[in-house]
Amino acid sequence: MTETYDLAIVGGGIMGCSTALRLAEDGMKTIVLDQGDLGQGASGVNAGTLSLQIKRVQLMPYALKGHSEWEAMGEAVGFKKTGGFTLAFTEHEAELLYERQALKADAGAPITFVSNNALRAAEQNLSHKVLAASYCPEDGYANSSLTGQYYRLRLKENEVQFREKCNVKLITRNSSGFNLTTSCGTVHATRLLLAAGAWLKPIAAHLGVDLPVRARVNTVSVTERMPPLISSIVGHATGLLTMKQKSNGTILIGGGWQGQGVPQDGRGNVTAKTLIPNLSLAQHVLPELSNARVTRSWVGFEANVPDFYPLAGALPGIENAFVLGCVRGGYTIGPYMGRLMGDYILGQEPELPLFDPGREFSEV
Amino acid sequence: MIETCDVAIIGAGPAGANAGIMAASQGCHTIIIDEQAMPGGQIWRAKSEAIKSAPMTPEIIDGDKLRVSIAESNLTHIANARVWQIERELDEWVLHFIINGRSEKIGAKVLILATGAREYVQPTPGWTLPGVIGLAGATALMKRDLLTPGKRTVVSGTGPLVFFVASEIRRLGGEVAAIVTPNSRADWLRALPSMSYRIDLLRRGFVWVADLLLAGIPIFWRHAIKQIDGETKVQSVKVTKLGNDWSPKGPAHLLEADSVCLGHGLQAASEASQLLGIDVKYQLELGGWVPEVQEDGSTKINGLFICGDGAGIRGAAAAEIQGKLAGLSAAKSIRPEVNSSNSALLNSYRRASRFGMAMTGLSIPRKGFQKLITQETIVCRCESLLRCDIENEIETGAATTNAVKSGSRAGMGPCGGKYCQSTIAKIIADRENQSEEKIAPPTPRPPLRPVSASALSGEFEYTDLQIPKPAPL
Repeated sequence: MTETYDLAIVGGGIMGCSTALRLAEDGMKTIVLDQGDLGQGASGVNAGTLSLQIKRVQLMPYALKGHSEWEAMGEAVGFKKTGGFTLAFTEHEAELLYERQALKADAGAPITFVSNNALRAAEQNLSHKVLAASYCPEDGYANSSLTGQYYRLRLKENEVQFREKCNVKLITRNSSGFNLTTSCGTVHATRLLLAAGAWLKPIAAHLGVDLPVRARVNTVSVTERMPPLISSIVGHATGLLTMKQKSNGTILIGGGWQGQGVPQDGRGNVTAKTLIPNLSLAQHVLPELSNARVTRSWVGFEANVPDFYPLAGALPGIENAFVLGCVRGGYTIGPYMGRLMGDYILGQEPELPLFDPGREFSEV
Repeated sequence: MIETCDVAIIGAGPAGANAGIMAASQGCHTIIIDEQAMPGGQIWRAKSEAIKSAPMTPEIIDGDKLRVSIAESNLTHIANARVWQIERELDEWVLHFIINGRSEKIGAKVLILATGAREYVQPTPGWTLPGVIGLAGATALMKRDLLTPGKRTVVSGTGPLVFFVASEIRRLGGEVAAIVTPNSRADWLRALPSMSYRIDLLRRGFVWVADLLLAGIPIFWRHAIKQIDGETKVQSVKVTKLGNDWSPKGPAHLLEADSVCLGHGLQAASEASQLLGIDVKYQLELGGWVPEVQEDGSTKINGLFICGDGAGIRGAAAAEIQGKLAGLSAAKSIRPEVNSSNSALLNSYRRASRFGMAMTGLSIPRKGFQKLITQETIVCRCESLLRCDIENEIETGAATTNAVKSGSRAGMGPCGGKYCQSTIAKIIADRENQSEEKIAPPTPRPPLRPVSASALSGEFEYTDLQIPKPAPL
């Protein structure tokens, strides 16, 4: 028996689920399909950093809105507003820091530069080799491993249908919409939203659309529980380190060091070639980390397109099909992007402009 | 440049050590890496240097024979080394391991995983009290240090290990309060035909049991520990009768003891196999989830062999022979002139496997056994999560081990889920009315063992860090 919906969403990450929740507000009958469990892709395995200091200048208005979304989601997603420091250790990094953070401050982020004394007063355990530092009181983190649990509960509360371990094998079109052949039956929907993150390219290919989606393979590691060492989130001027100590004492270390693998072949692999410098950089910043044992490292696939701006809007050439994904810093911005996408699908003017998936892409 | 060998083996127990001796004897440059100070694994664990004069046991005699063979071979044995990461680079395996507090690496054309087994201990109310240790843990204490688990010990669990542990405690001067085993005498009688494939091992078992019976040690057949009580350490143990499916049945019986040895069979330590991309399948008769491996240890990945209990619980006797088979096949893949077909070896492997699998069969908890895990029992020790915490997580809709792990943190502590994941899978299966084979283990994550951050990075200069170009502005 074929089930019929107003909209089918392929991909149960933050983008797909938050769009579904927005549409549920207006009573649209929606189903979310995920090949695995909800929120187990990039949404559930990223380092959870919510930092305006590492957001792109042009995305700052979206990131500011994103921060409010996370704050509202609160404890259910492990949200903590801790403030965040970004550190530079060389003249070159200091220049990079001043140039980049000044632009981000101009774009609306409350970022200031702080003296070494102020830094040391706030965080005694950080390296004394810091040359320059910036601070943003809005920064913090949430616990990405709670993403699946959070959206599973929210979708249930809002009576939005979802299917986990449901692999979309084929998408065909007819006069009344889309037929999705899946590993858990056929789903018919008038409209379709592709929100499959790093798996967008093969999904869009079912409809003959070639999206220039690629994936970065970001590494994250976590230590065993440690005594309190840092209270703010800490980053590096190049963006190649994010670090935070969770309330349970574990320290989470990210920064986008590249592992190996492609989304089609599973979950990707950590490689010592990048894990070791990632952890070395973390120890340089926080020397006490050398006493910590790393209990787990993993990678997540972060989708992007050549210009590193989101795909958010109508799927080119396919009526009633939409795409949402490839948002750099998508964890921060995702819940807000889903809201905008929902507005757009409902025919309402989004609060901030979307990002036309049909644009010309130029490499940065 | 790193050192590259023909064959690298992880684990120097019966399987790994024999694989190494065999590969080396066929002219392969072979390196064996092991966590312990001396080869022998858990079963043939060497005594500590301090107590060399203690009486010999069959385990020490077999282990010493093995240690002499390794010493006489061309095998390079790297002791006290902990492999934390394995990668494939072009046609070569690269093994990263911690030794003397630093991360080192070697390359190998062929890799043999002989990572052995770990013990499954079903959570029991009170099992986190000091004084409770695993049956296998107790054997390590007794073999290496000649220490008994306490003054008066209840030895409880499935399969043959309870009898070995109880007789060792007595040999070392401890008191065994009782043996409590879910197996019945009839279970053992049914296993006899398969056990007769290895009369030598069967005979040893008889000696243990005869000794215990002669000493008047109570054996509670078809019983289990219902609860372990004590203020700050074990003081008493409540024991209950079990039904045919091992559900608790009937009133509890109180035993005084200051220590408990507890274990419910062995499971293949398959994290390394899984991380390298070998699929696991559920084979209850081999202890649960096991990697897909041929009899000679070969796998779907060229140059990767898995042997011994890490390929499924067939016991030490089978592991020893499968190690030889894997060593031969590995050698052949390096040196095609090696003759790897050896039907005598294969036949003795099959005989030993029948014995080992009969023991595994006796050790596997039956369906009703998990009813002994009360809602308030700690299931995930690292994160102090109770059975009810896991059930609440399943209640929210988490129906896989990965989803339960993400939502509850079960398995995110230092053990990486090694101790809790089987129990959690059983709880999910029970709640979702599924069979256990439908509940796959969670995605394994490196490092294979927790590693200190300083061991990984060693001494480094900040300016030497190869920092990639910054993210787009």
